[in-house]
Amino acid sequence: MIRVALPAHLRTLAGIPSGEREVRLAVAGPVTQRAVLDALESAYPPLGGMVRDRATGRRRPLVRFFACQEDLSHAAPDDPLPEAVATGREPYLVVGAIAGG
Amino acid sequence: MSGVRVLVGTRKGAFILTSDERRQEWDVTGPHFPGWEIYHLKGSPADPNRIWASQSSSWFGQTVQRSDDGGKTWTAVGNDFSYADGPVTHQWYDGTQHPWAFARVWHFEPSPTDPDTVYAGVEDAALFRSTDAGATWQELPGLRAVQGERWQPGAGGMCLHSIVLDPANPDRIFVAISAAGVFRSDDGGETWVAATRGLTSDFLPDPGASIGHCVHNITMHPSRPETLFMQKHWDVMRTDNAGELWHEVSGNLPSDFGFPIAVHAHEPETIYVVPITSDEHHFPPEGKLRVYRSRTGGNEWEALTDGLPQEDCYVNVLRDAMAVDRLPGCGVYLGTTGGQVYASADGGDHWQAIVRDLPSVVSVEVQTLA
Repeated sequence: MIRVALPAHLRTLAGIPSGEREVRLAVAGPVTQRAVLDALESAYPPLGGMVRDRATGRRRPLVRFFACQEDLSHAAPDDPLPEAVATGREPYLVVGAIAGG
Repeated sequence: MSGVRVLVGTRKGAFILTSDERRQEWDVTGPHFPGWEIYHLKGSPADPNRIWASQSSSWFGQTVQRSDDGGKTWTAVGNDFSYADGPVTHQWYDGTQHPWAFARVWHFEPSPTDPDTVYAGVEDAALFRSTDAGATWQELPGLRAVQGERWQPGAGGMCLHSIVLDPANPDRIFVAISAAGVFRSDDGGETWVAATRGLTSDFLPDPGASIGHCVHNITMHPSRPETLFMQKHWDVMRTDNAGELWHEVSGNLPSDFGFPIAVHAHEPETIYVVPITSDEHHFPPEGKLRVYRSRTGGNEWEALTDGLPQEDCYVNVLRDAMAVDRLPGCGVYLGTTGGQVYASADGGDHWQAIVRDLPSVVSVEVQTLA
Protein backbone atom coordinates (compact mmCIF):
# COMPACT_ATOMS: atom_id res chain seq x y z
CA MET A 1 0.00 0.00 0.00
CA ILE A 2 1.12 3.51 -0.79
CA ARG A 3 1.16 5.94 2.10
CA VAL A 4 0.04 9.48 1.24
CA ALA A 5 0.31 12.33 3.73
CA LEU A 6 -2.16 15.17 3.19
CA PRO A 7 -2.39 18.72 4.55
CA ALA A 8 -5.00 19.33 7.22
CA HIS A 9 -7.47 21.16 4.98
CA LEU A 10 -7.58 18.26 2.53
CA ARG A 11 -7.91 15.68 5.29
CA THR A 12 -10.91 17.59 6.60
CA LEU A 13 -12.44 17.90 3.14
CA ALA A 14 -11.96 14.18 2.51
CA GLY A 15 -13.54 13.27 5.81
CA ILE A 16 -10.42 11.60 7.17
CA PRO A 17 -10.63 11.21 10.96
CA SER A 18 -8.68 13.79 12.91
CA GLY A 19 -5.32 12.51 14.06
CA GLU A 20 -4.77 10.42 10.94
CA ARG A 21 -2.18 12.25 8.88
CA GLU A 22 -1.85 9.62 6.17
CA VAL A 23 -4.10 7.56 3.94
CA ARG A 24 -3.18 4.21 2.41
CA LEU A 25 -3.92 3.55 -1.22
CA ALA A 26 -3.68 0.55 -3.51
CA VAL A 27 -2.10 1.51 -6.82
CA ALA A 28 -2.31 -0.84 -9.77
CA GLY A 29 0.64 -0.87 -12.15
CA PRO A 30 3.69 1.36 -12.00
CA VAL A 31 3.78 3.62 -8.95
CA THR A 32 4.02 7.11 -10.41
CA GLN A 33 2.82 10.47 -9.16
CA ARG A 34 -0.03 10.39 -11.65
CA ALA A 35 -1.08 6.89 -10.56
CA VAL A 36 -0.96 7.81 -6.87
CA LEU A 37 -2.96 11.01 -7.37
CA ASP A 38 -5.48 9.22 -9.58
CA ALA A 39 -5.95 6.65 -6.81
CA LEU A 40 -6.24 9.40 -4.21
CA GLU A 41 -8.97 11.21 -6.15
CA SER A 42 -10.78 7.96 -6.83
CA ALA A 43 -10.79 6.98 -3.16
CA TYR A 44 -11.71 10.47 -1.99
CA PRO A 45 -13.87 12.20 -4.65
CA PRO A 46 -14.03 15.54 -2.78
CA LEU A 47 -10.29 15.89 -3.48
CA GLY A 48 -10.91 16.00 -7.24
CA GLY A 49 -9.47 19.24 -8.58
CA MET A 50 -7.97 20.17 -5.22
CA VAL A 51 -4.41 18.95 -5.84
CA ARG A 52 -4.34 19.12 -9.64
CA ASP A 53 -6.19 21.62 -11.76
CA ARG A 54 -9.09 19.85 -13.45
CA ALA A 55 -8.70 21.61 -16.78
CA THR A 56 -4.94 21.22 -17.18
CA GLY A 57 -4.18 18.24 -14.97
CA ARG A 58 -1.22 20.19 -13.59
CA ARG A 59 -0.20 20.52 -9.95
CA ARG A 60 -1.77 23.57 -8.35
CA PRO A 61 0.85 26.31 -7.93
CA LEU A 62 0.72 26.32 -4.12
CA VAL A 63 0.83 22.54 -3.75
CA ARG A 64 4.11 20.61 -3.57
CA PHE A 65 4.99 16.92 -3.75
CA PHE A 66 7.81 15.57 -1.57
CA ALA A 67 9.16 12.09 -0.89
CA CYS A 68 12.37 10.71 0.60
CA GLN A 69 13.69 14.20 1.35
CA GLU A 70 13.31 15.23 -2.29
CA ASP A 71 11.07 17.77 -3.98
CA LEU A 72 9.27 15.91 -6.76
CA SER A 73 7.02 18.82 -7.65
CA HIS A 74 8.66 19.38 -11.00
CA ALA A 75 9.27 15.74 -11.84
CA ALA A 76 7.40 14.20 -14.76
CA PRO A 77 4.07 12.77 -13.52
CA ASP A 78 4.74 9.40 -15.12
CA ASP A 79 8.23 8.92 -13.71
CA PRO A 80 8.42 6.07 -11.19
CA LEU A 81 8.36 7.12 -7.56
CA PRO A 82 11.22 6.01 -5.28
CA GLU A 83 11.16 2.37 -4.31
CA ALA A 84 10.70 3.33 -0.65
CA VAL A 85 7.40 5.00 -1.57
CA ALA A 86 6.30 2.14 -3.81
CA THR A 87 6.84 -0.34 -1.00
CA GLY A 88 5.19 1.82 1.65
CA ARG A 89 8.34 2.40 3.72
CA GLU A 90 8.19 6.14 3.11
CA PRO A 91 5.11 8.35 2.58
CA TYR A 92 4.39 10.46 -0.46
CA LEU A 93 3.80 13.96 0.86
CA VAL A 94 1.23 16.35 -0.60
CA VAL A 95 2.17 19.68 0.94
CA GLY A 96 0.37 23.01 1.06
CA ALA A 97 3.06 25.59 0.39
CA ILE A 98 4.03 28.07 3.06
CA ALA A 99 2.80 31.11 1.20
CA GLY A 100 2.11 34.49 2.63
CA GLY A 101 4.06 37.25 4.23
CA MET B 1 -42.37 30.88 15.58
CA SER B 2 -40.95 32.71 12.60
CA GLY B 3 -37.37 33.86 12.47
CA VAL B 4 -34.37 34.46 10.29
CA ARG B 5 -31.18 32.66 9.39
CA VAL B 6 -28.35 34.91 8.22
CA LEU B 7 -25.72 33.19 6.10
CA VAL B 8 -22.35 34.95 6.25
CA GLY B 9 -19.42 34.12 3.98
CA THR B 10 -16.01 35.39 5.07
CA ARG B 11 -12.38 35.15 4.05
CA LYS B 12 -11.84 32.46 6.68
CA GLY B 13 -15.03 30.46 6.93
CA ALA B 14 -18.82 30.61 7.05
CA PHE B 15 -21.01 31.69 9.94
CA ILE B 16 -24.72 31.18 10.50
CA LEU B 17 -26.60 33.67 12.66
CA THR B 18 -30.13 32.90 13.77
CA SER B 19 -32.79 34.84 15.62
CA ASP B 20 -36.51 34.92 16.20
CA GLU B 21 -38.79 37.46 14.54
CA ARG B 22 -37.70 40.19 16.96
CA ARG B 23 -34.16 39.96 15.62
CA GLN B 24 -32.60 41.32 18.80
CA GLU B 25 -30.78 38.30 20.21
CA TRP B 26 -28.65 36.13 18.01
CA ASP B 27 -27.16 32.68 18.06
CA VAL B 28 -23.91 32.42 16.12
CA THR B 29 -22.48 29.15 14.80
CA GLY B 30 -19.20 28.73 12.99
CA PRO B 31 -16.73 28.93 11.58
CA HIS B 32 -17.93 26.31 9.14
CA PHE B 33 -15.08 25.35 6.79
CA PRO B 34 -12.55 27.24 8.96
CA GLY B 35 -9.65 28.72 7.08
CA TRP B 36 -11.36 28.59 3.68
CA GLU B 37 -12.68 31.50 1.68
CA ILE B 38 -16.46 31.34 1.51
CA TYR B 39 -17.52 33.66 -1.27
CA HIS B 40 -21.23 32.92 -0.99
CA LEU B 41 -23.90 30.90 0.76
CA LYS B 42 -27.52 30.83 -0.27
CA GLY B 43 -30.57 28.83 0.77
CA SER B 44 -33.13 27.27 -1.54
CA PRO B 45 -36.50 29.05 -1.51
CA ALA B 46 -38.08 25.69 -2.36
CA ASP B 47 -36.44 23.92 0.59
CA PRO B 48 -35.00 26.28 3.21
CA ASN B 49 -32.99 23.49 4.82
CA ARG B 50 -30.97 23.17 1.63
CA ILE B 51 -28.07 25.63 1.59
CA TRP B 52 -25.28 26.00 -0.94
CA ALA B 53 -21.79 27.19 0.00
CA SER B 54 -18.91 28.18 -2.25
CA GLN B 55 -15.71 27.04 -0.53
CA SER B 56 -12.35 27.86 -2.07
CA SER B 57 -8.74 28.59 -1.32
CA SER B 58 -5.71 29.85 -3.20
CA TRP B 59 -4.02 26.54 -2.43
CA PHE B 60 -6.63 23.98 -3.31
CA GLY B 61 -9.18 25.69 -5.56
CA GLN B 62 -12.93 25.37 -5.51
CA THR B 63 -15.30 22.95 -3.90
CA VAL B 64 -19.04 23.17 -3.39
CA GLN B 65 -20.76 22.26 -0.14
CA ARG B 66 -24.43 21.47 0.29
CA SER B 67 -26.38 21.24 3.51
CA ASP B 68 -29.77 19.56 3.72
CA ASP B 69 -30.37 20.38 7.38
CA GLY B 70 -30.15 24.15 7.57
CA GLY B 71 -26.38 24.31 7.87
CA LYS B 72 -25.79 21.80 10.66
CA THR B 73 -23.98 19.28 8.45
CA TRP B 74 -22.47 19.60 5.00
CA THR B 75 -21.56 17.38 2.06
CA ALA B 76 -19.01 18.18 -0.64
CA VAL B 77 -20.74 17.82 -4.00
CA GLY B 78 -19.52 18.20 -7.58
CA ASN B 79 -16.88 20.79 -8.35
CA ASP B 80 -16.20 20.13 -12.02
CA PHE B 81 -16.89 23.42 -13.77
CA SER B 82 -15.62 22.56 -17.23
CA TYR B 83 -16.45 25.14 -19.85
CA ALA B 84 -18.45 24.12 -22.88
CA ASP B 85 -17.36 25.06 -26.35
CA GLY B 86 -17.37 28.79 -26.94
CA PRO B 87 -14.96 31.68 -26.93
CA VAL B 88 -11.65 30.39 -25.66
CA THR B 89 -10.06 33.76 -24.94
CA HIS B 90 -11.11 37.10 -23.52
CA GLN B 91 -9.50 40.48 -23.09
CA TRP B 92 -6.65 40.62 -20.61
CA TYR B 93 -5.41 43.64 -18.65
CA ASP B 94 -2.73 44.38 -21.24
CA GLY B 95 -5.11 44.21 -24.20
CA THR B 96 -4.02 40.76 -25.30
CA GLN B 97 -6.34 37.78 -25.47
CA HIS B 98 -6.22 35.42 -22.46
CA PRO B 99 -7.48 31.85 -22.15
CA TRP B 100 -10.68 31.30 -20.19
CA ALA B 101 -9.80 29.54 -16.92
CA PHE B 102 -12.06 28.57 -14.03
CA ALA B 103 -11.08 30.16 -10.73
CA ARG B 104 -14.04 30.10 -8.32
CA VAL B 105 -17.77 30.34 -7.75
CA TRP B 106 -18.85 33.84 -6.79
CA HIS B 107 -22.58 33.36 -6.47
CA PHE B 108 -25.23 30.66 -6.19
CA GLU B 109 -28.83 31.29 -7.19
CA PRO B 110 -31.12 28.40 -6.26
CA SER B 111 -34.26 27.79 -8.29
CA PRO B 112 -37.36 29.21 -6.60
CA THR B 113 -39.28 26.01 -7.31
CA ASP B 114 -36.89 23.05 -7.60
CA PRO B 115 -34.51 22.32 -4.71
CA ASP B 116 -32.23 20.28 -7.00
CA THR B 117 -31.70 23.10 -9.48
CA VAL B 118 -29.19 25.84 -8.76
CA TYR B 119 -27.24 28.32 -10.88
CA ALA B 120 -23.61 29.21 -10.25
CA GLY B 121 -21.88 32.37 -11.41
CA VAL B 122 -18.16 31.80 -11.79
CA GLU B 123 -14.81 33.42 -12.55
CA ASP B 124 -13.70 33.47 -15.40
CA ALA B 125 -17.17 34.67 -16.15
CA ALA B 126 -19.71 32.05 -17.12
CA LEU B 127 -23.04 30.71 -15.90
CA PHE B 128 -23.39 27.07 -14.84
CA ARG B 129 -26.47 25.14 -13.79
CA SER B 130 -26.94 21.94 -11.84
CA THR B 131 -30.21 20.04 -11.99
CA ASP B 132 -29.05 17.10 -9.84
CA ALA B 133 -28.48 18.80 -6.50
CA GLY B 134 -24.92 19.80 -7.31
CA ALA B 135 -23.57 16.45 -8.45
CA THR B 136 -22.78 17.81 -11.92
CA TRP B 137 -22.62 21.28 -13.46
CA GLN B 138 -23.27 22.30 -17.05
CA GLU B 139 -22.36 25.63 -18.57
CA LEU B 140 -24.96 27.70 -20.42
CA PRO B 141 -22.52 28.67 -23.18
CA GLY B 142 -24.83 30.99 -25.09
CA LEU B 143 -23.89 33.70 -22.62
CA ARG B 144 -20.23 33.79 -23.61
CA ALA B 145 -21.31 33.94 -27.25
CA VAL B 146 -22.31 37.57 -26.62
CA GLN B 147 -18.96 39.07 -27.58
CA GLY B 148 -17.11 37.08 -24.94
CA GLU B 149 -13.84 37.85 -26.63
CA ARG B 150 -14.38 41.51 -25.62
CA TRP B 151 -15.03 40.85 -21.93
CA GLN B 152 -12.29 41.84 -19.52
CA PRO B 153 -11.58 41.34 -15.83
CA GLY B 154 -12.14 44.04 -13.27
CA ALA B 155 -9.73 44.43 -10.38
CA GLY B 156 -11.41 41.56 -8.56
CA GLY B 157 -11.28 39.20 -11.50
CA MET B 158 -13.67 38.55 -14.38
CA CYS B 159 -16.56 37.30 -12.32
CA LEU B 160 -20.22 36.57 -12.89
CA HIS B 161 -21.53 37.80 -9.56
CA SER B 162 -25.24 38.52 -9.97
CA ILE B 163 -27.97 36.12 -11.08
CA VAL B 164 -31.58 37.30 -11.01
CA LEU B 165 -34.36 34.84 -11.84
CA ASP B 166 -37.71 36.26 -12.89
CA PRO B 167 -40.23 34.69 -10.50
CA ALA B 168 -43.07 35.18 -12.99
CA ASN B 169 -41.24 33.85 -16.02
CA PRO B 170 -38.93 30.87 -15.60
CA ASP B 171 -37.44 31.50 -19.04
CA ARG B 172 -36.08 34.92 -18.09
CA ILE B 173 -32.69 35.26 -16.39
CA PHE B 174 -30.49 38.29 -15.81
CA VAL B 175 -26.80 38.08 -14.99
CA ALA B 176 -24.14 40.71 -14.38
CA ILE B 177 -20.41 40.45 -14.94
CA SER B 178 -17.44 42.60 -13.98
CA ALA B 179 -16.36 44.00 -16.35
CA ALA B 180 -18.60 43.00 -19.19
CA GLY B 181 -22.06 44.28 -18.27
CA VAL B 182 -25.54 42.90 -17.74
CA PHE B 183 -27.13 40.24 -19.92
CA ARG B 184 -30.64 38.84 -20.32
CA SER B 185 -31.98 35.52 -21.52
CA ASP B 186 -35.62 34.96 -22.44
CA ASP B 187 -35.30 31.26 -23.24
CA GLY B 188 -34.07 29.73 -20.02
CA GLY B 189 -30.41 30.55 -20.60
CA GLU B 190 -29.94 29.20 -24.11
CA THR B 191 -29.43 32.57 -25.80
CA TRP B 192 -28.57 35.96 -24.39
CA VAL B 193 -28.46 39.62 -25.26
CA ALA B 194 -26.46 42.44 -23.73
CA ALA B 195 -28.91 44.59 -21.75
CA THR B 196 -26.69 47.62 -21.33
CA ARG B 197 -28.35 50.42 -23.28
CA GLY B 198 -28.32 53.57 -21.21
CA LEU B 199 -25.22 52.65 -19.22
CA THR B 200 -22.27 55.00 -19.58
CA SER B 201 -18.77 54.33 -18.28
CA ASP B 202 -16.19 57.04 -18.72
CA PHE B 203 -13.32 54.56 -18.47
CA LEU B 204 -14.36 53.07 -21.81
CA PRO B 205 -13.19 54.54 -25.13
CA ASP B 206 -16.86 54.54 -26.12
CA PRO B 207 -18.67 55.29 -22.83
CA GLY B 208 -21.91 53.91 -24.22
CA ALA B 209 -20.48 50.69 -25.64
CA SER B 210 -22.62 47.58 -25.33
CA ILE B 211 -19.81 45.57 -23.65
CA GLY B 212 -17.31 46.53 -20.96
CA HIS B 213 -19.35 48.11 -18.19
CA CYS B 214 -18.26 47.26 -14.67
CA VAL B 215 -21.60 46.33 -13.12
CA HIS B 216 -21.22 45.67 -9.40
CA ASN B 217 -24.64 44.30 -8.44
CA ILE B 218 -28.23 44.07 -9.71
CA THR B 219 -31.45 43.30 -7.89
CA MET B 220 -35.19 43.03 -8.51
CA HIS B 221 -38.36 43.09 -6.44
CA PRO B 222 -40.29 39.90 -7.22
CA SER B 223 -43.54 41.81 -7.76
CA ARG B 224 -41.98 44.02 -10.47
CA PRO B 225 -39.90 41.76 -12.69
CA GLU B 226 -39.52 44.42 -15.40
CA THR B 227 -37.78 46.75 -12.95
CA LEU B 228 -34.18 46.17 -11.96
CA PHE B 229 -31.85 48.28 -9.89
CA MET B 230 -28.10 48.39 -10.43
CA GLN B 231 -25.07 49.58 -8.52
CA LYS B 232 -22.52 50.15 -11.23
CA HIS B 233 -18.85 50.89 -10.62
CA TRP B 234 -20.00 54.49 -10.67
CA ASP B 235 -23.73 55.32 -10.95
CA VAL B 236 -26.87 53.84 -9.44
CA MET B 237 -29.20 52.86 -12.28
CA ARG B 238 -32.66 51.47 -12.86
CA THR B 239 -34.60 50.00 -15.75
CA ASP B 240 -38.35 49.61 -16.03
CA ASN B 241 -38.34 47.54 -19.19
CA ALA B 242 -36.19 44.54 -18.30
CA GLY B 243 -32.93 46.13 -19.34
CA GLU B 244 -33.98 47.59 -22.67
CA LEU B 245 -32.98 50.99 -21.32
CA TRP B 246 -31.36 52.05 -18.07
CA HIS B 247 -31.40 55.49 -16.50
CA GLU B 248 -29.43 56.96 -13.65
CA VAL B 249 -31.04 57.45 -10.23
CA SER B 250 -27.94 58.44 -8.21
CA GLY B 251 -29.59 61.75 -7.28
CA ASN B 252 -28.28 63.26 -4.04
CA LEU B 253 -26.01 60.39 -2.96
CA PRO B 254 -22.70 61.59 -1.47
CA SER B 255 -20.99 59.16 -3.86
CA ASP B 256 -22.54 56.93 -6.47
CA PHE B 257 -19.66 54.45 -6.28
CA GLY B 258 -20.41 51.34 -4.27
CA PHE B 259 -20.97 47.63 -4.43
CA PRO B 260 -24.28 46.19 -3.13
CA ILE B 261 -27.83 47.27 -3.87
CA ALA B 262 -30.97 45.84 -2.26
CA VAL B 263 -34.70 46.38 -2.52
CA HIS B 264 -37.14 46.39 0.41
CA ALA B 265 -39.12 43.16 0.73
CA HIS B 266 -42.53 44.86 0.84
CA GLU B 267 -41.97 48.22 -0.86
CA PRO B 268 -40.78 47.80 -4.45
CA GLU B 269 -39.76 51.45 -4.74
CA THR B 270 -37.63 51.42 -1.57
CA ILE B 271 -34.00 50.62 -2.29
CA TYR B 272 -30.73 50.62 -0.38
CA VAL B 273 -27.11 51.31 -1.31
CA VAL B 274 -23.89 51.82 0.65
CA PRO B 275 -21.96 54.73 -0.89
CA ILE B 276 -18.19 54.31 -1.02
CA THR B 277 -15.89 57.26 -1.59
CA SER B 278 -14.38 56.13 -4.89
CA ASP B 279 -12.72 53.30 -6.74
CA GLU B 280 -9.41 54.64 -5.44
CA HIS B 281 -10.66 54.74 -1.83
CA HIS B 282 -12.61 51.65 -0.98
CA PHE B 283 -14.04 53.10 2.23
CA PRO B 284 -17.08 55.22 3.11
CA PRO B 285 -17.07 59.00 2.72
CA GLU B 286 -15.93 60.94 5.80
CA GLY B 287 -15.24 57.77 7.76
CA LYS B 288 -19.00 57.29 8.31
CA LEU B 289 -20.72 54.03 7.46
CA ARG B 290 -24.06 55.13 6.06
CA VAL B 291 -26.69 53.12 4.29
CA TYR B 292 -28.71 55.30 1.93
CA ARG B 293 -32.37 54.57 1.40
CA SER B 294 -34.60 55.86 -1.35
CA ARG B 295 -38.35 55.48 -0.99
CA THR B 296 -38.88 56.84 -4.48
CA GLY B 297 -37.05 54.22 -6.49
CA GLY B 298 -33.95 56.39 -6.62
CA ASN B 299 -32.91 60.03 -7.03
CA GLU B 300 -34.02 61.09 -3.53
CA TRP B 301 -31.91 59.44 -0.85
CA GLU B 302 -31.72 59.64 2.93
CA ALA B 303 -28.80 58.60 5.11
CA LEU B 304 -29.44 55.85 7.66
CA THR B 305 -26.96 56.15 10.49
CA ASP B 306 -28.55 55.16 13.81
CA GLY B 307 -26.41 52.37 15.21
CA LEU B 308 -23.80 52.46 12.44
CA PRO B 309 -20.30 53.85 13.16
CA GLN B 310 -20.13 57.54 12.33
CA GLU B 311 -16.48 58.24 12.92
CA ASP B 312 -13.18 56.63 11.98
CA CYS B 313 -14.87 53.89 9.98
CA TYR B 314 -12.96 52.75 6.91
CA VAL B 315 -14.49 49.38 6.08
CA ASN B 316 -16.02 48.37 2.78
CA VAL B 317 -19.26 46.50 2.06
CA LEU B 318 -18.81 44.10 -0.85
CA ARG B 319 -21.30 43.42 -3.63
CA ASP B 320 -23.01 40.37 -2.12
CA ALA B 321 -22.85 41.59 1.48
CA MET B 322 -26.26 43.24 1.86
CA ALA B 323 -29.60 41.44 2.05
CA VAL B 324 -33.15 41.83 3.34
CA ASP B 325 -35.55 39.52 5.12
CA ARG B 326 -39.31 39.22 4.47
CA LEU B 327 -40.58 39.71 8.00
CA PRO B 328 -42.89 42.65 8.72
CA GLY B 329 -40.86 45.84 8.69
CA CYS B 330 -38.24 44.25 6.48
CA GLY B 331 -34.95 43.49 8.15
CA VAL B 332 -31.85 44.78 6.40
CA TYR B 333 -28.41 43.21 6.91
CA LEU B 334 -24.92 44.11 5.81
CA GLY B 335 -21.45 42.72 6.42
CA THR B 336 -18.20 44.65 6.31
CA THR B 337 -14.62 43.94 5.41
CA GLY B 338 -13.92 44.71 9.07
CA GLY B 339 -15.85 41.63 10.15
CA GLN B 340 -18.99 43.28 11.48
CA VAL B 341 -22.49 42.20 10.53
CA TYR B 342 -25.09 44.92 11.14
CA ALA B 343 -28.82 44.30 11.21
CA SER B 344 -31.86 46.53 11.19
CA ALA B 345 -35.24 45.08 12.05
CA ASP B 346 -37.13 48.18 10.86
CA GLY B 347 -36.15 48.76 7.29
CA GLY B 348 -32.94 50.59 8.12
CA ASP B 349 -34.09 53.10 10.72
CA HIS B 350 -32.09 51.53 13.55
CA TRP B 351 -29.08 49.22 13.40
CA GLN B 352 -27.20 46.96 15.74
CA ALA B 353 -24.11 44.82 15.28
CA ILE B 354 -24.98 41.13 15.45
CA VAL B 355 -21.29 40.26 15.52
CA ARG B 356 -18.26 42.52 15.42
CA ASP B 357 -15.12 40.49 14.96
CA LEU B 358 -15.58 37.95 12.20
CA PRO B 359 -13.04 37.60 9.42
CA SER B 360 -13.54 40.00 6.54
CA VAL B 361 -17.11 39.51 5.28
CA VAL B 362 -17.59 38.66 1.61
CA SER B 363 -21.31 37.88 1.48
CA VAL B 364 -24.51 38.06 3.51
CA GLU B 365 -27.76 36.33 2.65
CA VAL B 366 -30.90 35.96 4.73
CA GLN B 367 -33.50 33.23 4.95
CA THR B 368 -36.88 34.12 6.41
CA LEU B 369 -38.13 31.04 8.22
CA ALA B 370 -41.78 30.25 8.83
